[in-house]
Amino acid sequence: MKRFIVILLVLVVLTGVVFAEGVREATPTQQGKVLNIYCWNEEFQTRFNDYFDAAGLVPDDVTVNWVITPNADNAYQNKLDEALLAQKTASNDDKVDIFLVEADYALKYVNTNYALDVINDVGLTDADVSNMYQYTKDIMTSSDGKLKGLSWQSCPGGFIYRRSIAKDVLGTDDPAEVQMALDNWEKFDATAKAAKEKGYFMLSGYDDAFRVFSDNAKTPWVDENGKINISDSIEEWITQTKTYTEKGYNNKANLWSAESWNGATLDGKVFGYFGPGWFIDFCLAPACLADAQGPKELGNGSYGDWGLCKGPQGFSWGGTWICVAEGTDNIELAKSILYTMTCDKDTLVSIAQEMGDFTNNVSAMEEVAESDYKNVFLGGQNHISMFLDSATSIDRSTMGPYDQGMTETIQAAFADYFNSNVTKAKAYENFYTAAIERYPNLTK
Amino acid sequence: MNEINLVEKDKLKRRKSVSYSRWGYFFILPFFVVYILFSLVPLISTFYFSFFENYRIGLMEVGPNFIGWANYHKVIYETEVPRFALNTFIIWIVGFLPQLLIALLFAVWFTSNRLKLKLQQFFKTVIYMPNLIMASAFAMLFFTLFSDSGPMNQMLISMNIIQEPIRFMTRTDTTRGLIEMMNFLMWFGNTTLLLMAGIMGIDQSLFDAAYIDGASSTKTFFKVTLPLLKPIFVYTLITSMIGGIQMFDVPQILTNGKGTPDRTTETLIMYLNNHLASKNYGVAGALSVLIFIVTAFLGIFVYKSLMKENSITGGKK
Repeated sequence: MKRFIVILLVLVVLTGVVFAEGVREATPTQQGKVLNIYCWNEEFQTRFNDYFDAAGLVPDDVTVNWVITPNADNAYQNKLDEALLAQKTASNDDKVDIFLVEADYALKYVNTNYALDVINDVGLTDADVSNMYQYTKDIMTSSDGKLKGLSWQSCPGGFIYRRSIAKDVLGTDDPAEVQMALDNWEKFDATAKAAKEKGYFMLSGYDDAFRVFSDNAKTPWVDENGKINISDSIEEWITQTKTYTEKGYNNKANLWSAESWNGATLDGKVFGYFGPGWFIDFCLAPACLADAQGPKELGNGSYGDWGLCKGPQGFSWGGTWICVAEGTDNIELAKSILYTMTCDKDTLVSIAQEMGDFTNNVSAMEEVAESDYKNVFLGGQNHISMFLDSATSIDRSTMGPYDQGMTETIQAAFADYFNSNVTKAKAYENFYTAAIERYPNLTK
Repeated sequence: MNEINLVEKDKLKRRKSVSYSRWGYFFILPFFVVYILFSLVPLISTFYFSFFENYRIGLMEVGPNFIGWANYHKVIYETEVPRFALNTFIIWIVGFLPQLLIALLFAVWFTSNRLKLKLQQFFKTVIYMPNLIMASAFAMLFFTLFSDSGPMNQMLISMNIIQEPIRFMTRTDTTRGLIEMMNFLMWFGNTTLLLMAGIMGIDQSLFDAAYIDGASSTKTFFKVTLPLLKPIFVYTLITSMIGGIQMFDVPQILTNGKGTPDRTTETLIMYLNNHLASKNYGVAGALSVLIFIVTAFLGIFVYKSLMKENSITGGKK
């Protein structure tokens, strides 16, 4: 009996080895059967399902496996790093095939070999990517000049305001006239004061204007010697937010919190939110609906009661890039996904018109801006034309690999200061402590 | 023939002396295998790793470089670990003391032969319930209940008790209070059951004797129940203390891992967890070793000091 069991075990192990070898030898010639996509939310998944899968472009024998890990507390990057470091030893079906990166930490992956060159390795042509906004390519270009990832969106931001509140406070809801009342920070402050007098909050919380300031920073978070550096625009954000909090111009809500979205509902009191295209359709619009299943039209919650203007300062926020992982066994499919989702003008026009996303194709956006396209959420405004100028002027040259950690850390450290729990000096100290805990290689 | 007989006899003798106790060892083997693999080996490797500088920034790996005691020096002198230890202690003790008092009261009531409470099973189940909920889910629930525009604030405002919503998560006292309350709610049922088991283990005749001698129930409690309950008492104290030192999930979820405000609710293990983002095995290892030593020391100290004079425990002759 014992001997039988031993023999059986040996056989099982051997067959495993033999078959595993067989599979390993067979794959390089054919494409893998499992496509693993690593990302942090459902945004790309929705786009992929609507514009790639729905078009029947996924081969029947390929399973698309979504590995979704939320961004907060670095969880997504930890998971992705773990998988990428194990890429060489993982079996073909477990390898990362495609991973998504955000502007805040894109550089971490761009200058490594983990992301393939989309031109030379994946096989797209320079002509395919020629229509993209230059900054989306600059961010993803490695120090040796290789393009490591592509995006379907470009992320110029604006100030998204409640039309009914604007009418009450400013007497108009026309984007051009609202812009007149907001086109520098002094005017913005004055409008905030007027809004407060009428019982509204200009902004939802502490972090709402953060991206406007951080995107206009002239210096990166970390200098070449590994020293942490708080730029002047971040200081401006701190000063402004403290003033707004003391004067009651904001609702003290945390970004992404339920309170923050409550401010956008029908009886919400928040004048407006800063955000780019994806913020409108992926975050704000769903939060405005009174009936989430109901029709997306004026009358359902505050849907349709919104307008968009440039605001006091142009800025960009975020953006998602698709990278193809080194060692993927689905390179043909990855190429096809990259082409359809980021290079194909027709798809990008449809995404813009149907979803309101500002997509990454200059001529597509010009075409939509010229057209009679109306965004229902924004009260029929053609917001693409409004974003058009800001998109070409986006400059992300101060971007660094530490941006996400620094953003999270400084927002958390200064929330205590805004809440009057600590002094400003203590808040700085707490920020440095937390940042160095997160990145032990940096110095104060 | 004779020889065969002898052999047979010998065999018989040997079989008779077969020790079945070795099966006992087989039965406890799985535990030790699992313990060594998943507890002892990681424990020892933690000691080992604490002497190295070893962390990861993104995809860049630093170390492992042997640096001796530098990590320990860093943890003790360059960080706010003493402050976090104090946070942990305060949150634990404020949650533990009422928990012990209430649990003791319930245990005495439930086991009292004179009170004969009705619906005992029901109450025992109900007080144990909160412990069945996952701590993180419990913390999420409290986070929502006590958020700025959450149900608790709405209720208080509609009852005209407060005018402005209380921002629970931005004040040290309220945030700590919420954590203490959750720990209390989660563990008092468990402690009640433990203490009940302890009380039921006491010889009933002692209570009867005290009753006949005319002792009041307060006197019975202090002179009979409490002294005889000491072993269980010490056990409860030590397990709760170890649990307290390892307090993590509730404050972590409630404060989003930040120990807000100003890290006044950051516990030792939350601080340890902060090193996860950079996979800082060295510093985290050193901190873990220190926590291990302190825990072991406290455990031994509490045990020794409370079990010193066990004169009344009866067992001794």
